[in-house]
Amino acid sequence: MRGITIPLLVALLFAVCTVAMTASPALAQQDEQVVTVTAKQYEFSPQTITVKKGTPVVLELTSLDRLHGFSCPALKLRSDIPPGKTTTVRFVPDKVGTFPFHCDNFCGSGHEHMIGTITVTE
Amino acid sequence: MKTGIERREFLKLAGIGSVVFASGLMGMNGLGHAATPAQDDFFFVQMSDTHWGFNNPAVNPEAGTTLQKAVAAVNALARQPDFIIFTGDLTHTTDDEQVRRKRLGEFREIVGALKVKNVRFMPGEHDAGLDNGKAYQELFGETHYAFEHKGVHFIVLDNVSNPGSTIGDAQLQWFAAELGKIDKKAPLVIFTHRPLFDLAPDWDWHTRDGAKALEMLKPFTNNVTVFYGHIHQVNHHEADGIKHNSAMGLMYPLPAPGSVPIKAPLPWTPSQPFKGLGFRGVDAGKDRAYALTEYPLKGE
Ligand SMILES: [Cu+2]
Repeated sequence: MRGITIPLLVALLFAVCTVAMTASPALAQQDEQVVTVTAKQYEFSPQTITVKKGTPVVLELTSLDRLHGFSCPALKLRSDIPPGKTTTVRFVPDKVGTFPFHCDNFCGSGHEHMIGTITVTE
Repeated sequence: MKTGIERREFLKLAGIGSVVFASGLMGMNGLGHAATPAQDDFFFVQMSDTHWGFNNPAVNPEAGTTLQKAVAAVNALARQPDFIIFTGDLTHTTDDEQVRRKRLGEFREIVGALKVKNVRFMPGEHDAGLDNGKAYQELFGETHYAFEHKGVHFIVLDNVSNPGSTIGDAQLQWFAAELGKIDKKAPLVIFTHRPLFDLAPDWDWHTRDGAKALEMLKPFTNNVTVFYGHIHQVNHHEADGIKHNSAMGLMYPLPAPGSVPIKAPLPWTPSQPFKGLGFRGVDAGKDRAYALTEYPLKGE
């Protein structure tokens, strides 16, 4: 039994470490591009985000007032942006172009105007 | 579609409201169905996106009377519908809870002038998205429900009382239970505010968990029709045997999906007042085909 148990334990420990490493925002990779985005009724700042194809991107999203959302369907990105904390979205752009994003949590009378674009350059 | 008008003209000529109608609609019925009992045939009206409280003269300088005009137009129909359904955005968004209640109350009062008293409602995100449907429920009751009319099952789904445009797990469970009660071959009509399918996710013209509801509808293939609002224009889409039909709005038209960067309301055309606004009549029968008649709202 012992012969089976020890490798399993090692495997489990290894799995825990791997999860911890990938989940921790503190361990940003050196070649990551960090973009800070604030959301408030009814705009994102900045409204245009320029990133490079193949370079990992970290979006740090913060809401200044109420619940907003960040959705970029073309790049398959979406996250809620609750107020009072920073929400992180990581991705590696794999195609060049300009892709619209918008707030997708109905947030008031100007909700429709909460839009922006991500431009991915070569 | 022409068929609905022809049908009502025929009924008018015949002088009776419940004769058996034979049409070639979608190739599904016709003379072969002439033996269908007359009581299976009925007619209802869908009104949508009335946005009471909207105020932008460049878009609709007659915003204060458009809803009343729509009510008068429905009251003037030669054949009055069995029932009327409003598919959401009864009022225009306001961040002020008191104003929201006031608008919902005014809306209810104005549509109280409809001759037909069997009127059903559901919220849009403008009515219910900011307070999880609280004010709406105070004035109109449940945001999702089911009913039956002459052998057709109708289910109203709420995909707006949550800012994230979801139906939500609790309502999906209720939906599954409702579907469980229905014969898989019986005609089924779903009313929603937002489209259940991904019409234009970039414009939020979808339902985040709509795919879950559509999955549940698969056993009903070819019997399901969805009527929705939200996009302020007519759009027909068919997938997996489910027909999705959006309706015109009654306050301002919106651009075609994805046609422009920002989905801003289309400006008023002075030479064509109320252009792009209207409601629709739906002729329904046991044949599971629905003849749609679009009624534009006219200036006079
Ligand atoms: Cu927002």
